[in-house]
Amino acid sequence: MTVNLKKLPDHKYVMPGNAACPGCPETMGMRYLKMAYGDNFVMVIPAGCSSVIQGIWPKNGINAPVLNIVFAAAASAASGMKAAFDMLGKKDVQVVVWAGDGGTGDIGFQALSGAAERDEDIVYICVDNEAYMNTGIQRSSLTPYGAWTTTTWTGKKEHKKNIPLIMIAHGAKYVATATVGYPTDFIEKLQRAAKIRGFKYIHLLAPCPVGWRFDPAKTGEIGQLAVKTGLFPLFEYAEGKFQLSPLSRRYKDPAKRVPITEYLKLQGRFRHLLNKPEEIKKIEEYIDSVWYMIDVLEKAFNPQAEAQKLLRTL
Amino acid sequence: MTAEAYPVLEEPKTFFLAPLSKPAPGSAGKTGTWRTHKPVVNLEKCTGCLLCWLYCPENTVIKLENGKVAIDYEYCKGCGICATSCPFDAIEMVPEV
Repeated sequence: MTVNLKKLPDHKYVMPGNAACPGCPETMGMRYLKMAYGDNFVMVIPAGCSSVIQGIWPKNGINAPVLNIVFAAAASAASGMKAAFDMLGKKDVQVVVWAGDGGTGDIGFQALSGAAERDEDIVYICVDNEAYMNTGIQRSSLTPYGAWTTTTWTGKKEHKKNIPLIMIAHGAKYVATATVGYPTDFIEKLQRAAKIRGFKYIHLLAPCPVGWRFDPAKTGEIGQLAVKTGLFPLFEYAEGKFQLSPLSRRYKDPAKRVPITEYLKLQGRFRHLLNKPEEIKKIEEYIDSVWYMIDVLEKAFNPQAEAQKLLRTL
Repeated sequence: MTAEAYPVLEEPKTFFLAPLSKPAPGSAGKTGTWRTHKPVVNLEKCTGCLLCWLYCPENTVIKLENGKVAIDYEYCKGCGICATSCPFDAIEMVPEV
């Protein structure tokens, strides 16, 4: 199931002239969402950048039906909307929550956790730009270690909260990570999620030029570097099976990973870390811990494959 | 006073109770004026791989009928993602005068 760019119609996937900053990863992500689902989806958007980039009434920058809702109710509003669609007999309509990292990990977490526990048939997309960018770059629980924000101006001292693992622990039917740097991978994951009934969670890494302090032309490049350095492994967990995405599989070997400084030096928010080797070592240790978790998950969710691998070595 | 003295006002046909907005280009105005550098496509180098069309956050890269691309300068914000994503260096960022 590959994406053929030539066959995709030349629609307006996002309306040009919206209020997003130049090089915005969120409008990129919204375009891929429409490429994957066509006209068959409804978006539920809690407060955040995505509710601002729609622009000024009576025009709307997003080419999809949108329900704007408060932070703490995104997943529950989507659950109700899905129930209404079921009553109307429209079973093939996807209800998509498009929330930022604050709306997912901090303020909207109780609604997300509740919807995952009830196994509502919705797609929850966390657009992770790693801080509260809309209100002026404040720290969120998904800001990585060492990153500058306006509330952690000497660098954050805690590591990032791992929401995809929390969603796997909730027993969600589909959990995946994606980045705007690899659009076809994200579109394929969205299409695969549409075929599964139950709670679907996709974590989309969205490098923000304004908050991460880099050149807007490099949005895609930084998304790709996050995967190449091993900091953000792309994986897919579907109905009890865990597997690394093909794009991330080669970075399981630490020798093949791009040095983390390549990723850090492009971003102004990590500028103070570059001449501190002990801080960079801490980020490298974090990457190792991320891959240790991936290894544990692979073994835990594919016991048969592991047993076969053992038999082959004997 | 008779009833005819009061004119009966017709209700407007399109009437929204909720502040509903419809998708339309230019919800933040003509964003082409934000640009400092503009992308220029070299059609001789362009192979029609459509990576710029895929990566453009603003949907201002337009597919042409011959398989190549053009830029909608009315709304292009000039971020330069199309130029960095092009594997053949067919898009160049030129300073706006």
